[in-house]
Amino acid sequence: MIRLARRDNPPLWLSAVASVGAALAALALTAVPLALTGAPVAGAFRLMAEGAAGSLFAFTETLSRATPLIFTGLAAAIAFRARLWNIGAEGQLYAGALAAVAVGTGAVSLPAPALVPLVLLAGAAAGALLMLAPVVFKLRFSADEVVTTLLLNFIVLLFVQMMLEGPMKDPMGLGWPQSEPLVDEAVLPKIVDKMRLHWGFGIAVVAAVLAQLMIDRTVWGFEIRAVGENAPAARYAGLPVTRTMLRVGLLSGACAGLAGACEVAGLKGYLTADLSPGFGYAGIVVAMLSGLSPLGVIPASIFVAGVFVGADTMSRSIGVSNYLADLVVAMALLCVLVGGLATRYRVEFTRRDART
Amino acid sequence: MTATLDILANPSFWAAALRIATPLIFGVLGALLCERAGVLNLGIEGIFVAGAMAGWLSVYLGLSLWGGVAVAALTGAAFGLLHAILTVPLGLSQHVTGIGVTLLATSMSYFGYRVAFPSVTSPPRITPFQPLDPGPLRAIPVLGEVLAQQTALTWLAIGLVVVLGYVLARTPLGLALRACGDNPAAVESQGLSVTALRMGAVMAGSALMALGGAFLTMSAFNAFFFGMIGGRGWVCIALTVFASWRPGKALLGALLFGAFDAFQVRLQTVSGGVAPSQVFLMVPYALSILALLLVARRADYPRALMQPYFRGQR
Repeated sequence: MIRLARRDNPPLWLSAVASVGAALAALALTAVPLALTGAPVAGAFRLMAEGAAGSLFAFTETLSRATPLIFTGLAAAIAFRARLWNIGAEGQLYAGALAAVAVGTGAVSLPAPALVPLVLLAGAAAGALLMLAPVVFKLRFSADEVVTTLLLNFIVLLFVQMMLEGPMKDPMGLGWPQSEPLVDEAVLPKIVDKMRLHWGFGIAVVAAVLAQLMIDRTVWGFEIRAVGENAPAARYAGLPVTRTMLRVGLLSGACAGLAGACEVAGLKGYLTADLSPGFGYAGIVVAMLSGLSPLGVIPASIFVAGVFVGADTMSRSIGVSNYLADLVVAMALLCVLVGGLATRYRVEFTRRDART
Repeated sequence: MTATLDILANPSFWAAALRIATPLIFGVLGALLCERAGVLNLGIEGIFVAGAMAGWLSVYLGLSLWGGVAVAALTGAAFGLLHAILTVPLGLSQHVTGIGVTLLATSMSYFGYRVAFPSVTSPPRITPFQPLDPGPLRAIPVLGEVLAQQTALTWLAIGLVVVLGYVLARTPLGLALRACGDNPAAVESQGLSVTALRMGAVMAGSALMALGGAFLTMSAFNAFFFGMIGGRGWVCIALTVFASWRPGKALLGALLFGAFDAFQVRLQTVSGGVAPSQVFLMVPYALSILALLLVARRADYPRALMQPYFRGQR
């Protein structure tokens, strides 16, 4: 007789299979709207793959697009581990970028080995500070952090626009609302010559490794997991639930802030109000694809980045809108949710007792 | 001060407040219907986009305005079905599923728009709903003038407040729905299906949300723009808590919000460059957070909100 049995801790390989399966299922499902537009489906996917990883240039583009996604993915993964629903990575990213510009455009003059870390720290601090408000609102007023972080995204973006049209506008920008460029000492160096890939990617990978170590091997990590599994039980056991929530919020916000700081200091060199095409929201998808494991965030963001970069290439050659990438990413989120459910059950074959 | 009074005394101000409030009324009614049955529906922002897009596109392709409204509602119900399947029988995280539905509905709408109009410089337009003559109500001094500027969809929104308020408070169906959100085991013990009731509530609620979007493209404006929803869905989620899940208070909350929003727009033109325009644009979002903070502590959340129910467990 076949029956479904619950299992509490699915093995790691099964979670990985679920994520890869979800990614493939999302691509397969997107073939339907793609076919409806009349585009050649196989050809479009081949173009996407080539655009994402068909050459050294394509692959470095994908990795540089993955950099902010690793940070926002970490922001979501760490927060979701403690069941703190930080949906505000988009706003925290912009706060980080704004702080990086404030520090890095000549206000402070230091040699590069000191200024680059300072720019990144400023970005992390701004992101963390922005997340402080929703966490305090949650703890003090029990206001749902989903709503407050989402609404703050809009407020921050308006604030950035205000700064870019006002005090932080580049006087040499020909009237465009953009910030002054960062000074040379504040710019993150490139990894590969003549490519856009910069050391922000290296920092992101290190951050992911550190986050994994923190979750697995430290008291902080234990507290985060305990609060996420069962907050009342954690409180009953004497764990500092309030302090853990604050710490998780600050860490999560800092990660998202770093995403913005690295985009400015590594890729763009200046700030515009369209810095992020939704990296904050895509970070949620990355986190879910990773199974909320910081190390898993790295491959998950490379996949999501590949979809975006590949879709741009595909869009340029056959004219199908690159909103297809957003479609794949959204489908991937829903697919991985269903896939995760499947890993929590196993099929058991039990011998049917002949006499019952 | 006199400037403020001038603004408040002008019927066109109140007409604008009601117009701004209309999509929020639809949205809050939809959100509270879902939540009263125990399901948080964060798909709302995307469902607004999908309703706005689907309703407007069908009218553009030749359907009547009311046909467009029906298409919008069906589109919303379809996304509601998706959210309901994932969260009710499958019991997945309502937060994350809702965000997923929002991302999916938004990207499908944008992709669909780009497929239908690959390269347009100015967005294609339709002839939207026209203001409806309020008949004898027109004679009422200020109110008559306010009502004379509203379209049929605003009247529909107000009517739905009454209908939903009656159904939730006075009918067996409403009792069963509310019980789904408070004590699902009790519903099951009465021989009713919690799963069916919750799924139905989410679908109906999502249809209402989509009407909020349709109002924007078919009444407030006459075209579809990227980013036109601009967080209205999230505002509705905050207002639902503010309204303590009651249709009457939802109307009041939405009107209050609409009045504040209409006021800041007028203040902006009167004050003439005292502060950058973005400061005024931030007001609605800040106001929503404030509204949430004011009531969240005392809020009487449906007790089983966000708790999946599986028959025969616990």
